[in-house]
Amino acid sequence: MAVAAGNDAFVVFDHVQKSYDGQTLVVKDLNLSIGKGEFLTMLGPSGSGKTTCLMMLAGFETATHGEIRLNGRNINDVPPHKRGIGMVFQSYALFPHMTVGENLSFPLEVRGMNSSERNTRVARALDMVQMSKFAARRPAQLSGGQQQRIALARALVFDPELVLMDEPLGALDKQLREHMQYEIKALHDRLGITVVYVTHDQGEALTMSDRIAVFNDGRIQQLAPPPVLYEKPENSFVAGFIGENNALQGNIEQLEGGKALVRLGNGDLIDATPGNICEIGKPTTVSIRPERIEFKPSLMPAGAHTLEAEVKDVVYMGDILRARLKVAGHDNFVMKYRNTLGQVKLSPGETIRIGWHPEDARALDPV
Amino acid sequence: MAKALDPHAAIVTEAVGLLPEGTLQTADGQPLSRALARSSRRARRRAFLLVLPLLAFILLTFVLPIGQMLQRSIKNDGFSANMPQLSAWFDANPRGTEPDEAAWGALAADLQAAAESKTIGVVGTRINYDMAGTRSLFTGAGRKVRDGLEPPYRDAMLDIDQKWGDPRLWSVMREASSPYTGNFYLAAMDRTRDDNGNIVQVAEQQRIYLKLFMRTFWLSLIITCTTFLLGFPIAHLLATLPMRKSNLLMILVLLPFWTSLLVRTTAWMVLLQQQGVVNDILVWLGVIRDDQRLQMIFNQTGTIIAMTHILLPFMILPLYSVMRTINPSYVRAARSLGATSWTAFRRIYFPQTLPGLGAGALLVFILAVGYYITPALVGGSSGQLISNMIAMHMTQTLNWSLAAALATLLLGGVLILYWVYDRLVGIDNLKLG
Repeated sequence: MAVAAGNDAFVVFDHVQKSYDGQTLVVKDLNLSIGKGEFLTMLGPSGSGKTTCLMMLAGFETATHGEIRLNGRNINDVPPHKRGIGMVFQSYALFPHMTVGENLSFPLEVRGMNSSERNTRVARALDMVQMSKFAARRPAQLSGGQQQRIALARALVFDPELVLMDEPLGALDKQLREHMQYEIKALHDRLGITVVYVTHDQGEALTMSDRIAVFNDGRIQQLAPPPVLYEKPENSFVAGFIGENNALQGNIEQLEGGKALVRLGNGDLIDATPGNICEIGKPTTVSIRPERIEFKPSLMPAGAHTLEAEVKDVVYMGDILRARLKVAGHDNFVMKYRNTLGQVKLSPGETIRIGWHPEDARALDPV
Repeated sequence: MAKALDPHAAIVTEAVGLLPEGTLQTADGQPLSRALARSSRRARRRAFLLVLPLLAFILLTFVLPIGQMLQRSIKNDGFSANMPQLSAWFDANPRGTEPDEAAWGALAADLQAAAESKTIGVVGTRINYDMAGTRSLFTGAGRKVRDGLEPPYRDAMLDIDQKWGDPRLWSVMREASSPYTGNFYLAAMDRTRDDNGNIVQVAEQQRIYLKLFMRTFWLSLIITCTTFLLGFPIAHLLATLPMRKSNLLMILVLLPFWTSLLVRTTAWMVLLQQQGVVNDILVWLGVIRDDQRLQMIFNQTGTIIAMTHILLPFMILPLYSVMRTINPSYVRAARSLGATSWTAFRRIYFPQTLPGLGAGALLVFILAVGYYITPALVGGSSGQLISNMIAMHMTQTLNWSLAAALATLLLGGVLILYWVYDRLVGIDNLKLG
């Protein structure tokens, strides 16, 4: 599912800038449109400005410049409690002195809802996250995963159209995290709500999102659906941040029919697709995913340029094998290949020739 | 299946299987609890040795003297030890028996012995506690009986002073003939015994202690409230400011701790007296006329102001330490859920500060109840607290038994409050730092 049908600009960041000290910008000229019903993830290293953007959207921080619109309305001066945005915090922020039921009933109470309607809604929300039996418990009596569900239910109980999640699964162990990823995604699909999700976990971002905005240095580096982001990164930062990646330095030697020939430092020629560098003679970093590298000539496209590689070691990972190669003077070139019956056994010290489809290698800005 | 996979599972099951139900044993068949006790005995002994010096110090300098002092509130043998024959007569004859010739004889003999051993003053002082103005009766009689009296002793004694015939004196002496008495507690609660030994209130103009107790608790309550009202916003500010700024402000909060109590109190005198700085400014501003200068010190107002200032850190520190731990995302969550900032404060933030508030309030209240120096200096007559009365009995009237009784009542009152607090809030909800 790409951008969902309906309003294409439900949430809009229009030339938004944010500075805390008046000296440096934490968010630099952010432009972003989020469609209604979309699951958008803000992904980036810490300090990249993603959480600041979320806080500005929630109303806990004010934009230094620019406009944030929700459903066509400028919300720059609307206080947080009037925005009607549900929010899930990393620490869950369940009120420790209230029971689970009271926690859920709180947003309804402050909206002046009568008690019978409150009870119906609370019961429905608890049912939605399969926690109906826990209404009388205190948050401290729940496990991390259970608290997470309650926090989710509380953010949804007043039927907000937009829900913000600030690294909500950061405190859970791996297995539980994967399970909750699935549940959150399922809830999103079922309720049709718009979700803005902040994380620094790229795996989480890839599995859950409709679109991902990769943040770095206060800017969105790339905004795209997960497959595009992974397979066609627009610059070296995105290529390096999402998934495992091999980088080879060189200069563009030839451009022809959407393909580029890149000469590496040691004189070897390799195939690539021009990314954000597409001028002959320019230095570039060619980025190739480890699983797209071939070492059997039969699997390479005709006329592909190959490189000599020395196997340094091979790590057995169960479903795949991960070989570390020495290529063009670099020791840390990684190749992944499937662990199938009768797969070729590579051993350290062996010399092989590797190559790839030109579309799988992208000539990006030099690092 | 699981058992087969886990090699330890089989061993454990086997070992447990050998035992009588309910008691776990070690591999060589001893009860597990005893083995555990033995293995941790060394650690416990070392821990005990480490705290032993402090324990000894506290026993010697705190528990023992306080215990001695509290004992004085129910025990005073000033009469019984020095008047043995009369005490024996009181023991042998029940209350209501008219003193016969044997009693008068015992009185005369005891007085003579006490006068010779120069303890007659002690006896007089003891009786004087319960019946004012009788000390001179004893010392006067002591001088006269030193050469011995001729029977009939009743007439001889009445010759010395008619007051010896007063039935109330005899009632008081009967009370004092036992070294243990509850009379000091009665006195501390403005009660006394009449001629027949019944407990009655003392005369209206002599009732001071109950009023003082009430005033002490009332002023302490006011001081607790003012420290809360002044301290809560400061603690909140300290807890939300960045560490560097809050540390600086914290030094300002702690400054009163590092200044001499006497200097601070004197400073308040300079500021608050009728010709003082505050009054001068008010007159200069035209808020009050020169002949309307406010009386802000040497009364209850002075006590409240000075003690609020001195006890403020005890409220701020526990509040601050609790507020520091409250994650700001709670209030944010409440706001995002639709609460106004006031509702978020009232429903979410404030309830979470209660452990700190409880600790601070309890600390300030208990300290205020026992405060002595500040009310003595700035309290005038209307700002005196019960501790000033205790100090007076300790140092001026030398009625240590009454002082001890007052102190015990004060301690009892505080313990009752502590118990009430525990019932209402729960003592494990207390956070001192």
